[in-house]
Amino acid sequence: MNPLSSLQNVLNDVSKRYHIAVRVGRTDEIYLRANADVVPGLCAFLHRKWNGRLVNVFAEDRRAQNGKYTVYYQFALDDLHGFFFVEVEVDGKKPELLSLTNAFPSINWQEREIQDWFGINLVGHPNSRRCALHDDWPDIHPMRQDFDLRTKLPPFSGERHHFRKVEGEGVFQVPVGPVHAGIIEPGHFLFSVAGEPILYLQIRLFYTHKATEKLFENMPVDHCVRLAESISGDSSFAHATAFCHAVERSANIEVPERARVMRSICLELERIYNHIADIGAIATDVAFAVANAHAMRLKETVLRLNEQLSGNRLLRGMICPGGVRFDWTGDQAKAASTVLNQLRPDFEEMVDLIQASASTRDRLETTGTLSPQIAHDLGIVGLAGRASGFNHDLRRDFPHAAYGAVQVNVPVYTVGDVYHRMLVRIDEVRESIRVIQHLLARLPSGAIRVKIGELPTDATALGFVEGWRGEIYHWIRTTSGNRLSRCRVKDPSVQNWPAMTEAVQGNIIPDFPVINKSFNLSYSGTDR
Amino acid sequence: MFKILRKSFETGIVTNDFPKAPAPISRFARGKPEIDFARMRNGEEAAKICPTQAITITNPADARSLALDLGKCIFCGLCAEASPAIRITNQCQLASTDRDALKITDILDSNDSNQTDYEALGGRARTVIQKMFGRSLHIREVDAGSCNGCEIEVVGLTSPIYDIERFGVHFVASPRHADMLLVTGPVTRNMELALRKTYAAMPAPRLVAAAGACACSGGIFGANYATVGGVDKILPVDVYIPGCPPNPTALLHGVLLAMGRLRSRRPSV
Repeated sequence: MNPLSSLQNVLNDVSKRYHIAVRVGRTDEIYLRANADVVPGLCAFLHRKWNGRLVNVFAEDRRAQNGKYTVYYQFALDDLHGFFFVEVEVDGKKPELLSLTNAFPSINWQEREIQDWFGINLVGHPNSRRCALHDDWPDIHPMRQDFDLRTKLPPFSGERHHFRKVEGEGVFQVPVGPVHAGIIEPGHFLFSVAGEPILYLQIRLFYTHKATEKLFENMPVDHCVRLAESISGDSSFAHATAFCHAVERSANIEVPERARVMRSICLELERIYNHIADIGAIATDVAFAVANAHAMRLKETVLRLNEQLSGNRLLRGMICPGGVRFDWTGDQAKAASTVLNQLRPDFEEMVDLIQASASTRDRLETTGTLSPQIAHDLGIVGLAGRASGFNHDLRRDFPHAAYGAVQVNVPVYTVGDVYHRMLVRIDEVRESIRVIQHLLARLPSGAIRVKIGELPTDATALGFVEGWRGEIYHWIRTTSGNRLSRCRVKDPSVQNWPAMTEAVQGNIIPDFPVINKSFNLSYSGTDR
Repeated sequence: MFKILRKSFETGIVTNDFPKAPAPISRFARGKPEIDFARMRNGEEAAKICPTQAITITNPADARSLALDLGKCIFCGLCAEASPAIRITNQCQLASTDRDALKITDILDSNDSNQTDYEALGGRARTVIQKMFGRSLHIREVDAGSCNGCEIEVVGLTSPIYDIERFGVHFVASPRHADMLLVTGPVTRNMELALRKTYAAMPAPRLVAAAGACACSGGIFGANYATVGGVDKILPVDVYIPGCPPNPTALLHGVLLAMGRLRSRRPSV
């Protein structure tokens, strides 16, 4: 298989400078195996010279095969439409690797996750404390192949984490969570404040860690799809699509066109209901409850449409490897079009209420600003990135599902405050309605599913989807019996949480809920 | 201000009539799987394809001896594809105060009593609410490791469509103010202590509702190194609400069931 011609230049350039072994997984998925000593240079080269975004860092336990661990650094070259994986082997007996966090701050948590889950020591990490396993956990590395999923651990004994001290006259700490006042997911936030403004925020997550990546290794692929739907409930369809995408790529299977269009429609419906809910929730957090009542009403109409189209309000159970499970009758497709036609003016009126309310806008504008520079340095993705100058969208740059057949306009702002994160949502809802109507009008006929059969053994594949929150990656390695030996799940929230720490600085604690909501990051997607 | 009022006026009242009238559930919705035990020849395929082991063969010698645990079911409908004797209905109000009542075998389809006679259910709920008139139920929600799917539907209860406050039911910020703990998620190791502490902070009498497959049984996550595998491993559960996630009507039905239970328990406290 040859790489895309656009990637050939990069490959030539890299091969000229570095001693690497090239493996072309797929035309847009290229693996560069390098020795540990050239990895920092190679990564910097891909990033600086070729604008590669480091979007995913993960490890794999290959000790049973070759006595080593493998660590992967995944770069997205958006303009060239390809992914490069820098692969490096780590000794199985004395697992150590140089940390790249100092050069790429965006991988801080991901490297610590590797450290906790695989026991690979990342030398020189600026903050190598535990992250994915809390401090009271025994000395285990659950993602190693010889660790049993059902291991019984002693119950959680209490928080033993040492937070950074923030001291000075009049400085005090406000701890919040993991159980919050609202109906939201659990996480712990420690604010250091002087008077009202926030000086520093420390975020502690992984309260909802439920062994998801390990579970993937313990289930047949058909069950894994249902598990993927439970990684992050609000992105059920997007995560399941990313997973199916990976499975299909591993088997080199093309999904029928009708199924691809149906998938895109479902992805856009997921985007619409989440964006509408968030716009309402942002309004609530600044005490504009009427707008939220309208938003909840509109969200409900979309959830009911989801139920009509997929049998489940969160679009669960709809997707399967090779296509989708339930076909739509002409009436169902027409119902979708009608609902969206009615939704559009109703939505505009709700937006109008918010934008016409001076007191609401006053609370949203200049609140929780994330500057484009910081967003770029932290590699912030998705809608939060697009409010801070990040002009990328996998739907446009790496067309998956049916996005090759429809133009997706990507809204980009550079102000980066709560208001502009809301504006991105508003623009995207309008665009999603247009995209769905466009696709519905051209819904191709034909099969909705191809049989996948037995998966090849020991194949690796990347699945990717632009979810409503941002880019989702699933990377798998297959093993015999239609099972997986590894499934790496990368939710955009993992990438975006550090933005919260930056965006809240200088803001007052009462504005924290609305800033948090404007990012609306997934705890479960992060913790897995 | 005028715009806001005009929009509200034009929108009118959107709250549905549940439980007086049946909830508007699409005929496409996947709810309780119905097993036709008379027609069931071989349940092995259905048991094998079930992602959460909600369907099991109870007697290894008899391939027809199927049992379905609604507390584990995620309503994916794969079993109906595998076995012609299983049909997916759109019944979603499946809550029960008894965990064992969610387990269906050919001898005992105890969930039948719940089988939605809307009139009866509406009547029952009305009685409960009327008798409870003058007092209200305050709920503290705790996410003990859910995927956030259940939260989407719990939040939906506060929407103008379902408007749970019309029953005198409120979601409150503090466990000190709560009568009921509504728990979602399989209870992760990292949330176990927080959940216990939240429960301990509630004044008696207190109720616990387990919402969703994960809270009822661990769901697709089961019990593993990071999860306990269900709320009742940690706290006494008063009502189990199946669903993945349970929709707002199913949640409401569960909460109303539990309210009946609170009433019966009050005199002894």
